[in-house]
Amino acid sequence: MPDSPRSTRPAPPPEPVAVTLTVNGAERTLKIAPWTSLLDALRLHLDLTGTKKGCDHGQCGACTVLVDGRRINACLTLAVMQEGRSVTTVEGLARGDALHPLQEAFIACDALQCGYCTPGQLCSAAGLLAEGKARSDDDIRELMSGNICRCGAYPGIVAAIRSVMNRRATDGDAP
Amino acid sequence: MIAKPRIPDLLPEPGGPVGRPVPRVDGRLKVTGAARYAAEHPVPGLLHGYVVSAAIARGRITGIDTAAALAVPGVIEVFTHRNRPDLARFDRTWQDGDAPRGSPFRPLCDDEVQFSLQPVALVVADSPETARYAARLVEVTYEAREHRTDLHAHRHDSFTPGKAKGGFEPPPPPRGDPDRALALADVRIDARYTQATEHHNPMEMHATTAVYHDDGTLTVYDKTQGAQNTRSYICKVFGLPASAVRVLNPFVGGAFGSGLRPQHQLFLAVMAATQLRRPVRVELSRPQMFSFGHRPETIQRVALGARRDGRLTALIHEAVQESSRHETYVEIVVNWSGQQYRCDNVRLDYRLVRLDRATPLDQRAPGAATGVPAIEMAMDELAFALDVDPVDLRLRNYTDTDPNTGKPFSSKELRACFAQGAERFGWARRRPRPRSMRDGRELIGWGVAAGVWDAMQGRATARAVLGLDGRLTVSSATADIGTGTYTVMSQIAAEVLGLPVEAVTFRLGDSDLPTAPIEGGSWTVSTVGSAVKAVCDRVRARLFDLASAMDGAPLGGAGARDVTFAGGHIVVTADPVRRVSLTDVMRSGGLPAIEEEAMSLPYMVARSRHTLGTHSAVFAEVRVDEDLGTVRVTRVVSAIAAGRIINPRTAASQISGAVVWGIGMALEEETIFDHTLGRCMNHDLAEYHVPVNADVPEIDVIFVDERDTVVNPLGAKGVGEIGIVGVPAAIANAIFHATGVRVRDLPITLDKILMRQEE
Ligand code: FES
Ligand code: FES
Repeated sequence: MPDSPRSTRPAPPPEPVAVTLTVNGAERTLKIAPWTSLLDALRLHLDLTGTKKGCDHGQCGACTVLVDGRRINACLTLAVMQEGRSVTTVEGLARGDALHPLQEAFIACDALQCGYCTPGQLCSAAGLLAEGKARSDDDIRELMSGNICRCGAYPGIVAAIRSVMNRRATDGDAP
Repeated sequence: MIAKPRIPDLLPEPGGPVGRPVPRVDGRLKVTGAARYAAEHPVPGLLHGYVVSAAIARGRITGIDTAAALAVPGVIEVFTHRNRPDLARFDRTWQDGDAPRGSPFRPLCDDEVQFSLQPVALVVADSPETARYAARLVEVTYEAREHRTDLHAHRHDSFTPGKAKGGFEPPPPPRGDPDRALALADVRIDARYTQATEHHNPMEMHATTAVYHDDGTLTVYDKTQGAQNTRSYICKVFGLPASAVRVLNPFVGGAFGSGLRPQHQLFLAVMAATQLRRPVRVELSRPQMFSFGHRPETIQRVALGARRDGRLTALIHEAVQESSRHETYVEIVVNWSGQQYRCDNVRLDYRLVRLDRATPLDQRAPGAATGVPAIEMAMDELAFALDVDPVDLRLRNYTDTDPNTGKPFSSKELRACFAQGAERFGWARRRPRPRSMRDGRELIGWGVAAGVWDAMQGRATARAVLGLDGRLTVSSATADIGTGTYTVMSQIAAEVLGLPVEAVTFRLGDSDLPTAPIEGGSWTVSTVGSAVKAVCDRVRARLFDLASAMDGAPLGGAGARDVTFAGGHIVVTADPVRRVSLTDVMRSGGLPAIEEEAMSLPYMVARSRHTLGTHSAVFAEVRVDEDLGTVRVTRVVSAIAAGRIINPRTAASQISGAVVWGIGMALEEETIFDHTLGRCMNHDLAEYHVPVNADVPEIDVIFVDERDTVVNPLGAKGVGEIGIVGVPAAIANAIFHATGVRVRDLPITLDKILMRQEE
């Protein structure tokens, strides 16, 4: 390492910019530094702490949200990159007091313990249902493997998602 | 105030909410994202701290240049050992309730580096991004000293620790002449088993939000398994009275032991908040989650001698484990072997090697999850050598008294675990010869192992308040780290007072609540549950006395034993039309509320005459790709004997979650060190593998009936740890059965299978 004293004039933090997102159906405009991840924008600037941070590096899935209906890791994208898009977080899954069927199924199947991975699992599961690719339990396991649950609630998570899939199939709903 | 436990003072037989699969009472808060964890409590004017971690494993800091970091707009301060406030001097002051003997690590105390990734500076800024950016501008220079992090290289430089930690029992003295018995045995097994370092890695990274108030008091949201342990640490280290500090942890995003001791981020956040007189949050990064306690790396030798009929004649179990240079971390690794099996010639030995690493820390079933896999793999090897069924071999050496102490077990339904587990798994259809079951390219193997854990109990206090609206609030300063504490405590309270679970609110996770110990070791149901029962018993007694004194004698002079509390009423059991509602009783007594507090203590005398424990029999099926050596666990049946199960739903989740941990230990988890650098190389979740959904099959959990009148008034033992203990060996044994290859080195990765297959 060079011995010379480092410059005491580092680059200053970037200036805030305006970002407009639709979050859980409501349009929100934020003034944030462009280096702010979507995850930190949600958690710190919008106080939507339901979306969790488990690694901040795209390795755990705790931060999974839906952007225009597709599941993504909110820690792997900057908020400014999502300008104009529609973001759904765990706080946006229920309709008023009525829980989303996945939320109900997670409680019924005890698909959670500490609850920290749960919002990411739920958003990921909602994305999975929308993708419509999962047919079997093994498909669910494979397609949910981007969401780590350190408590090991996987069997319950699979059961919960399967129960919602089955119900939709019998009700003839679109997945 | 102390409710004296008497036998029989047992919880009534099933009928009420206890024993029913009540859904998690905090489920709704968790699925809606409303449950807030340590880094999620909004505070105006919050500052963010980012930790700078040491780049060497041992040595001295010769310089820290903070000028560049301080020049970044938005940076408030950079704390290092040079500007850290002068705090408590004595080791005692830094020791928390779970500290082993020694000198606890003191963050930013001086220029000494004791382990890699040790915090050496804290950058505090007005945003987390700025703090993280500026942390990268802090330049630290070191004078490195020679370090040692390699347990295998230094395993002979070991020592025998004494009773270096509360709850630790050194191995019992040897019995008989094990070496001679081994030499004379008909059949012998003598092998070395190793297990890698594992890091807890709860999904929530350790974080603390420390809120400084103008009057000098603090509110601290901490990721901890014991709010009162955190409070007392802060008070001792910072010289504050208990009244000035309130610690809150209503939700904890997993811990598995990582929250038993206060971690760096707590000290750093509180220090920065008190120095700056502003609220500060410090959240560790995932790599920094590898900078503190972990399950210690272990090397073991198990030697078994047996007669042709399978009876053990010699049992030797020796373990060498890492501790740090500054503390003597110990756990019970080898004692279990002497407790599980009947044998006249036994030697158990436990030693430590000091390494330049952070002090290890209890991790789910500490010690048992390390030692039991070794003995259970050795038993499998012995069964194979004897050509005896592995279940049968264990039954031939079964014991109803604890050979280590000569005391009977308070209850031990391990036979039933084997019988019911084997039945459910279809064990009878197993072909004994290795490599005898296959499906195309996949070799199929079936393995079994037993598990054992303690049934400990501490002392706790609970408060109960019953209001005129019929709602009961019970509280105690315990924690729910995903274990289901909120739910099972509500059930116990509801059971005693005959209320629906929905009428009960249980409060925890607040240091201001009545005293409870750290949540861990599977003792919370036993400890806090007994206090909840004790305080509700008092409320019940008061209600009964008031009802007996009521005008019109609604209970017709019935005695306390002649009534039942059900549906919000006191009911004469033999004549149910005679009844009175709890709220009417309170109204007639002119009471707007009934408030009681009670402490519960273990049944000291009865406990001292017994060995108490939980037991398990675990059956696992694996499929091993013959060409690639990849292992999939395809079926697990875990049969558990743990006394009465308060909530079969949350308890089954504890067990199956622990099975997942066992899969991780058997096949995946390993903190890999580069010993040249003294540093772990896989410190993130991409490189440190934990089981994901696709790694986990259906898991079948059986709770066998077990009655225990010694353990506590609930008859319940706690299930947080027992679920992992038998799993690694069951999987390892299944891999042997599938492949004929014995890998004694956890985790069993495919390279190890392929290499030995070639040999
Ligand atoms: S926090 Fe985004 S993947 Fe882990
Ligand atoms: S419920 Fe704790 S990590 Fe999934």
